[in-house]
Formats: sequence, C-alpha cells, structure tokens
Amino acid sequence: MQLSVWTYEGPPHVGAMRVAAAMKGVHYVLHAPQGDTYADLLFTMIERRTTRPPVTYTTFQARDLGRDTAELFKTAARDAYERFRPELLLVGASCTAELIQDDPAGIGQALGLPIPVVPLELSAYQHCENWGAAETFYRIVRACVKAAPREKRRGTCNLLGATALGFRHRDDVTEVTRLLAQLGVSVNVCAPLGATPADLARLPEAEFNVALYPEIAGPTASFLAKTFGQPTIPVTPMGVGATRDFVRQVAELTGKDPGPALAGEPSRLPWYSRSVDSTYLTGKRVFVFGDATHAIAAARIATEELGFVVVGLGTYARGLAREVRAAAARYGVEALITDDHLLVEEQIAALAPDLVLGTQMERHVAKRLGLPCAVISAPVHVQDFPARYSPQMGFEGANVIFDSWIHPLMMGLEEHLLAMFREDFEFRPGVAPSHLGGAPTSPTSPAAPAPTTAPAPVAAPAPAAPAQAVKTEAKGPPAAPAAPTAPQAAVWTAEAEQELKKIPFFVRGRARKNTERFAAERGLASITLETLYDAKAHFSR
Amino acid sequence: MSGEARGALPVLRERGQHEVFCGLTGIVWLHRKIQDAFFLVVGSRTCAHLLQSAAGVMIFAEPRFATAILDERDLAGLADANDELDRVVERLIARRPDIKMLFLVSSCPSEVIKLDLSRAAARLNERLRSGVRVLSYSGSGIETTFTQGEDACLAALAPLLPREESRSLLVVGSLPDVVEDQFARIFGELGVAVRFFPARRSDALPPVGPGTAYLLAQPFLSATAQALEKRGARRLAAPFPFGVEGTRGWIEAAARWAGVSAERVEAAVAPAERRARAALEPARERLEGKTIFFFPDSQLEVPLARFLSRELGMKLVEVGTPFLHQEHLATELALLPGGVRLSEGQDVERQLDRCRAARPDLAVCGLGLANPLEREGITTKWSIELVFSPVHGYEQAGDLANLFARPLVRAGRLSV
Ligand code: SF4
Ligand code: SF4
Repeated sequence: MQLSVWTYEGPPHVGAMRVAAAMKGVHYVLHAPQGDTYADLLFTMIERRTTRPPVTYTTFQARDLGRDTAELFKTAARDAYERFRPELLLVGASCTAELIQDDPAGIGQALGLPIPVVPLELSAYQHCENWGAAETFYRIVRACVKAAPREKRRGTCNLLGATALGFRHRDDVTEVTRLLAQLGVSVNVCAPLGATPADLARLPEAEFNVALYPEIAGPTASFLAKTFGQPTIPVTPMGVGATRDFVRQVAELTGKDPGPALAGEPSRLPWYSRSVDSTYLTGKRVFVFGDATHAIAAARIATEELGFVVVGLGTYARGLAREVRAAAARYGVEALITDDHLLVEEQIAALAPDLVLGTQMERHVAKRLGLPCAVISAPVHVQDFPARYSPQMGFEGANVIFDSWIHPLMMGLEEHLLAMFREDFEFRPGVAPSHLGGAPTSPTSPAAPAPTTAPAPVAAPAPAAPAQAVKTEAKGPPAAPAAPTAPQAAVWTAEAEQELKKIPFFVRGRARKNTERFAAERGLASITLETLYDAKAHFSR
Repeated sequence: MSGEARGALPVLRERGQHEVFCGLTGIVWLHRKIQDAFFLVVGSRTCAHLLQSAAGVMIFAEPRFATAILDERDLAGLADANDELDRVVERLIARRPDIKMLFLVSSCPSEVIKLDLSRAAARLNERLRSGVRVLSYSGSGIETTFTQGEDACLAALAPLLPREESRSLLVVGSLPDVVEDQFARIFGELGVAVRFFPARRSDALPPVGPGTAYLLAQPFLSATAQALEKRGARRLAAPFPFGVEGTRGWIEAAARWAGVSAERVEAAVAPAERRARAALEPARERLEGKTIFFFPDSQLEVPLARFLSRELGMKLVEVGTPFLHQEHLATELALLPGGVRLSEGQDVERQLDRCRAARPDLAVCGLGLANPLEREGITTKWSIELVFSPVHGYEQAGDLANLFARPLVRAGRLSV
C-alpha cells in the first residue's frame, strides 16, 4: 500500500487506450466501472481530440457483481463491434474487473467475431501506464504480423512508439520523418500513431526500426529484431549531438550519405549557445526529472550544448532505471528513481537548482519554490499540445528546446500563480511577485484584520496592479503609477472586504476592480455589501 | 430500456455505458469545504489518477486528500492489508497535526476485495491520538455516481451530529462559503436561526433532533436525508434554490415552517430578487426559444431544466439524470413543462444518437463528450462547472444563466 497524492503515470489500461486511440480501425472493450470513463477526458480535453477515444466501458455496478457481469461484457463487446466495425478488437479489464475474474479474454475469443480479438492482461496492481502502452502495442503487433516478407524494402524504416497523449509525439514524428527523408530513407510504417492493423502487418518489410520512445516501443522493437532481423537505431535524436549521431548511424546502416542532412547549420542551437549573450548560462545548475528517454536526452543537451551542470537526474520510469543510473554516473550524480513526487520535491528543495527540467509536477514544485522551470516530459498538460509546430526531436526540436529552456531563465519566474493563490487560505500571505518590487503590496493580507475605515491604499489592490502598470505603459502618458484611483476612491467596509475574500480567487481581482469602478462612477464614498452585489448585478449584464 | 410512467411525466430508463464520474470526485470540493478534514481513498492507481484528473488544476502545496494504492501484497491477504492501512494512517496523522477528521473512502477495488473500512475506522479511532475522528464512506463507482459521493460522506457524518431537542433549521448540502453567507443573511433578516451541514470545520458540527427541519440545498442527498430522518429531523418540501423562483420557493418553505409572514419574506428578498431578475434579463434574450439537451451527470439536471425553461424560456429536448429521486424532486417535476423527455441512467451511445438527431442548440455534458460534440457542430456546456462554481441563490442566478449563455454567445462570435 503506497500513499500517493499525485501519480506520474496512470494505470496500465490508460496506456492501452493511448495505443488504441493513436491507431485507426482499433476498438477497445474495457471491463470497468463507470468512474473509469474519466479517462476519456484526458484525450478529449488535454489533447483536444475531436472524437472520443475508441473505448467501450461495461460500467458494471455493485448490483451486477456475482450475477451477470460476464454477460454484460459479452453484450458490450458485441454491440461495440456492431456499432464501430473495427478491424481489430482489444479486450481487457481495468483494476476492478481484474479482481472479479470474468475472463474478458475468453469471452472475447468466444464471440466468434470475424476480426482479430486481442486480449490484454495488464496486471493493474503491478504495472503503470507506459508499461500498459508497451504491452498493448506489442500484443497488437504480434496479432497482426504474419510471415516474414520475401524481401525487405531497402532504405525504409519503421517509426515505433508514438501514441495519443504523448509529449510532442505528433510533431516528433513529422520532424524525424523529414530528417530521414533528407537521408533518402522513407518511413515504411509509423505506429501506433496513425497506423491501421493492416499497416502493422507490413512492419517486417522495413530495413530497420527507429524506437522513438523506448518506454513504449521497446518490446515491439526487440521482437521485430529477433524475429525479422531488423536492427534498432540505439539513439534518440533529441538535441543537436544526438541528432547528428542518429544521422550518422542511419547513414552507416543504410549506406547513405549523411552529408545533405548535416550540411549548413541545420539547427540554430549551436550558434545561439556560443553567442556572447548566452555567457550567463554557463554553469547554471539544473535538476532533470522525467521519463527515462527525455531525462537522459535532457541531461546531455544541458551539459554538452548549453554549458549547464547537472546536479540531479531522475526518472519515474522504473523499467529503464538502469539506463538512467548509467547516465547519472556520467554526470557524477546519483540517479533518483522514484514515483513519489514528494521525494522529488524534497530533492529539488535541497539542491536549489537554477533551473528545473521536469514534468508538469516539477513545474508546480518549481513555482512554489520560486525556481525557473521548463517541461521536458509526460505526464502531459493541455499546454503540452501547442497549436504551433513544436517537436523535441531533430534539429528543429533542438531549436524548440533552446527557446523553451532559456526563456524561463531570462524572464525570471512567472508570478501569476502565486499572485492568484495568495489569498487562498492554504497559501502563505505576503509573497509578492518579484517584478513588483519584492515587498508584499497587499494591505489586505489575511494576517491583518481588515480595517473598518480603510486608508486610501486599500483601493490599489495588489492583483490589479500589474494590469494597470501595463495599461499605463501602453498608453504612454506616465501618470502617477502607484494608486491611480487613490484620491477619491471609495472605502471598503469590513463586511464587504470579508465577502470579497470568499469569492473564488480566480475572479476576485476582477470583482474588486469592477466594484470600485462601479462605486467611483456613482461617487459612492464607501463600498458596502449592497454595493458589491449591485455592482455584480450591473456587470453581469 | 423501457418507458415507464412516473407521475405525470414518462421516464426513459436506460442501462448501458454510463459516461459519468464516480463518487470519489466529490472529494475535490468536499476537502475545500471541510477545512480540517483529510480524505484518504483506499483504492488503485486508477482512483488516484481519476482524482488528479478531476481536480486537474488544483494542486495545492499539501492537499488534504490522497490515495492509499493497493498492491499485490494487499490483495493477497486482508489481514496484511489492514495492517498496512493502519501504518499509512498513523504516519499521515503524525505528519498532519492540523487534521481533525479523517475520512477513509472506499473504492471499487477495496469493496470488491471486501476490505471493511468501517471496521478499520472503528479500530483506528481506538488507536489514534484523541482529537482525530476517523469515519468511512463509499465513493466507489460500483456504488456511487459523481455527486452521490457527497451524499455518502454526509450520510456518514449524520450520526455524529450532536443531539438537540429544540426547534431548529438546517440547510443540507455543501455550498460555497459565499453562498452560505448570503443565505444566512436572508434567514437572519427573517429572524430565523439557521445552521449549515456540512460545517466548515469538523468541530462545529450542527446539532440535530426531532425539532429539526431541514432544507436540501442539493438534489443528490437521498442517503443523507434518510440518515437525518433517523435522527428525527424532517424535510421541508421545496424546490431547489436555483434561479429566482427556486430560491424564493426554498426560502418560503423555511418561512412557513418558522411562521414568518409573507410581507416579511417579501421585504427581505425583494432587493436581491430585483437584482437577480435584472441580471437574468440579458441571458434571457440569448437563451429564449433555444433548445437544450442534458446528458446525465450531477443530478442537478431537473432543477436546472426547470430554471432554464421557466425563467429563461429555453425548450427542453431531453433531461437526462443519473438518478431521479421522485420524492425530493416532486416540487421540481411539477414545474416542468409537459412533453419533456426525462431519462434516467444512461446508454451513452444511444443517447448520443438521440442528441445528434435532435441537434439541440446547447448540450450539457461531461468533459469526455464536450469536444467531440462541438466538433459535430453541437454547442456544449460542461456540466462539471455547474458543480464547481457558485450557482445557488439570488446573487448567483445571473451567473448561472450566463454559464449557459456564454457558449452560445461564443459560438455566435466566431467566424473561423
Ligand atoms: S470507478 Fe472505482 S476504480 Fe474507478 S476510479 Fe472510481 S472508485 Fe476507483
Ligand atoms: S494552475 Fe495554471 S498552470 Fe497550473 S495547472 Fe492550472 S492552469 Fe495550468
């Protein structure tokens, strides 16, 4: 039993969903209770997918237990086939269904459907999301791949491991495909992302494999290597150095000329890093944490390409702990292998690095500790699906990495979150945004009792200050920047001030401004509860 | 699926894939409401993942909820699982002296393996430092649907409320503090003393007894209501306090019970009612005559449909709800227009078919369905926002209406 507040990885069936949703023509029937349907929102909200993931849940309830849950599964599977007409059906159980042992595999096979039915045994109490994705991908490939082809197609490869909900997978695939094209190598099959089961049957035709994300592609790549003699390029092309290595190795394997792909200055990173402006980056101490692939690549880029010093390196991906340990040894640090984010936080706090390269979790930790941070790895957040082209791999990926790691250092820390949460009761009062001068600006901090007859400063609330500053700048005439409305501003009564604090923090600043404007327009001397709600009614029009 | 007459309105009852959260989700708002309580889910990695996905952006420094994730060893032996649980709880309590109440929340896996958390709670109450009260309830997806998690939590708390004999009024169901205070002021003007359940702190539990009359602030509290009735309290029949009409009816029910005159009620609510009406006007212009389709989610659907049809002139295509509590909703159902299609339970695929066929102007649905429906050209409102934002009472009536108007306004503005 492990106490967990936040997990880096979901359960293994979410990994299976990532594979199913990435492919075309695959449907997944999952024996699971209703609450497990939450997983759909990861795909439709975080990734903004335009369709629901291809998953049918049986949503059994307590009253079904011991009676007809198996029947429920059978009906759901048959209905799903009729409605969606997939080329391949995945069947499996979530953590709860695993315990009731209805044997979805057996039931699925007994349905007699005219398509392959692939059972998944994901051992939810042992494994996590990436393992589930890897296992699912491997099982589907095993089901689809038949005999070896008579002949391999020279100069072609498979791109393995990209899934739905992956950290920049969409753009990495495009970038690596382009890079390979410059070498005269074409992609035979990219999978799971965009592939149909029929495409998978063609996997053995390629000359070699690229395992983009070893966490997910690993088992499939070694199966293909063993069975069809397809070598796997052992480099992830992330960062300038690794991309060059990748190009050379592909060229060597295929007998192509690496020249065109490396000609000129394919990435701006080397020059930007050498330009004098980057001098201040020298020796910055970075802490790196993520999945193994991204963490290892990030550590190399940080040291060799940006002149940073790696002071900590770790991963939540236990499956690749050995690789991360080896990398950590190269930088003279001990690898942190854990999925306990509190331990990670502890280490970050103890090391006090200049920059944190981590997941969304480390980003939150870094914000709390006031440290600059860039996100380098899953688990993903809606921000990790930018509208623009934004790969991590290849030469363009190196450009993206330069920008996204360096900007937080230059801009200092974004303070908006601290500002927003400042009055929330679980946050320390008096932490002021550094770009506002560092000193607490709010006279209404919860520690101080709200004054009954407030002096003018109350009218210049902290949350509104940045916006006002920006406005003054944009308009030009530098009017007295502090307390622009101070002289005749209405005074908040203690009761109204108290009430304002109960309004959710994310609209509080606006509510305050609007109420003050409302009071000012009417020449009111004080803001009472009544004024507050009158203003609210006025502005909701 | 079967059509069945219930009262005046027929109800379509469906049993297929349910696309709704489980009761664990309630922890997201309950832990903000009860500020010295900790919620410990005993479950799987899935439960932990659900919680963080539903809580989404709300990652606080030291959140007051967590999941004790069961692993293979726990499944192998219940005795060991109990020991493990004790160990986890003792560490937790030692680290968090601010915690006064601990809820052990059971999940599908813990219930299927029959890990008895009520016994665990009793055991822990013996062993732990005084000053921490351990309780248990079910938030599992096999027993509870979304808001029923709050119902189960409050029902578990009800037996602990101190007893009292005198007449008193209790408002039941968690409300944002700001809304609670608005209601308290209105009751104050009526001269009616009122208490709220749940209270903000676990040491301020409101008393209950045979003299207690209670008003439900939320429509999903059937188990809580039963537990309170067991303590002798009785429910005041009323609509739910959404919109002007619902809020008025709700307050009047209390006023009647307290013997407050109609004039006094009128005087107390008139300014707020005037404001609310004015705030509704612009939304009404946007929503009048528009059709709306509710997917089942929070059980707020029926009262909201009543509000939208009667105060904003919307046309109800289908009102889906996970569970239709005939008794608690009686006043609401009587106010619904004839010809509305009510559905209970869900078969999400068939319901999507009906929604596509009806092409409503607005569909109210969960986060898993929203973007796909938008892509099909159907404007949506995420139902979860209705649970997470302050929407009750007069001062929020305009906000509530705007939650429905905004997606339509936005769709109207965009030309890309
Ligand atoms: S439905 Fe059950 S297993 Fe799934 S998250 Fe909810 S309690 Fe956990
Ligand atoms: S608080 Fe802001 S940054 Fe953090 S998760 Fe939320 S939206 Fe994203």
